[in-house]
Amino acid sequence: MSRRVRVNPIACEAHGMCAELLPERITLDEWGYPVVDEKPVSGEELAHAKRAAQACPTFALLLERPR
Amino acid sequence: MTPELLAASSGSSGYWYLTRSTGTVALLLLTASVVLGVVDVRRWSSQRWPRFVIDSLHRNTALLAMVFLVLHILTSVLDGFAPISLADAIVPFGGSYRPLWLGLGAVSFDLLIAIVLTSVMRARIGVTTWRTVHWLVYASWPIALLHGLGTGSDVTRTWQLAISVVCAAGVLLALLARVLDRAAASPAARNAALGGAGAFSLFLALWLPSGPLGSDWARRSGTPTSLLPHASAHNKGAKR
Repeated sequence: MSRRVRVNPIACEAHGMCAELLPERITLDEWGYPVVDEKPVSGEELAHAKRAAQACPTFALLLERPR
Repeated sequence: MTPELLAASSGSSGYWYLTRSTGTVALLLLTASVVLGVVDVRRWSSQRWPRFVIDSLHRNTALLAMVFLVLHILTSVLDGFAPISLADAIVPFGGSYRPLWLGLGAVSFDLLIAIVLTSVMRARIGVTTWRTVHWLVYASWPIALLHGLGTGSDVTRTWQLAISVVCAAGVLLALLARVLDRAAASPAARNAALGGAGAFSLFLALWLPSGPLGSDWARRSGTPTSLLPHASAHNKGAKR
C-alpha cells in the first residue's frame, strides 16, 4: 500500500506540525506553509505520514491513493 | 490529634482522602492543560519543545485530568459519608450536600465532557464548531475552581491555598496571552475576557475571606446539619 501526501491549501493555516513529523517529505516555505514531495510513501514512512496527517490541526494534510 | 486522624477515627473512609487528593490533582492537570493549550494556539515552540509535543501534551494532560475527575467523582460517591450520588456529578444543584458548590463541579464537568467529545469528533464536526465549543473551557476552569473552594476540605491549608493561587495565576497569564494576541482574538473577545477575569478576581478577593476562609463555612455552604460536627471541643476542626 502506498499513498501520496498532499496539502489542501485552503484549509492549511501553516501550523507546521507536518514538517516536524514528516521532515523526509515536507519542508516549510518562508511563510511556514508546507512544500510537499508528492512521490508515493509506503511502509514505515507511511506510518509517519499518517501521524502527521492526524496531527494537522486543520486536517489539511491528505493521504491519497496514487492514480 | 490532627483533623485527619480525628476524621479517620470518626468513621471516614479512605475514599474521602482519595476524593480530596484527586480533586487537587485534577485542578493541577486542568491548569496545565489550559496553559499548554494557550502555548499551543500561540504556536510557541523551540527546538526542544516542538509544536507536536506541546499539542500532544495539551491533549494528554486534558485526558488525564478527565481520568482523575472520574476517580474524584467515584470516590466521593463511594465514600458514603456525604450523601452524594452519581447523578449529582452530572446534574447540577439537585443534591443535598452543599448543592450550589457541588453543582458547580457538575457544571464544570459537563462543560469538559462537551469539550472532550467535540475534540474527539473534530474531524466530523469541523474545526470551526470545535473551536467555538473549546472556548467553553474558559468558563469550565473558573467554575471548577469555585467548586473546589466551596466544597474542599483543605481550602484553608497553606499548601492548598498556594496550589489554588498558583493555578489561578497560571490560567490568568494564559488567558492574557491568549486574548492579547491581536491576530487571534477580536476586540470583543479581548474585552469580555479581561472584564470576566477582573470581575472573577474581584469576586474571589471579596468572597474568600468571609466565605470558605471565614468561620462556619461548612454550615453556611449547605452541609446537611446531621453531618455537621457539634460544637464540642474535641470535634473542633474536624470540618469536612
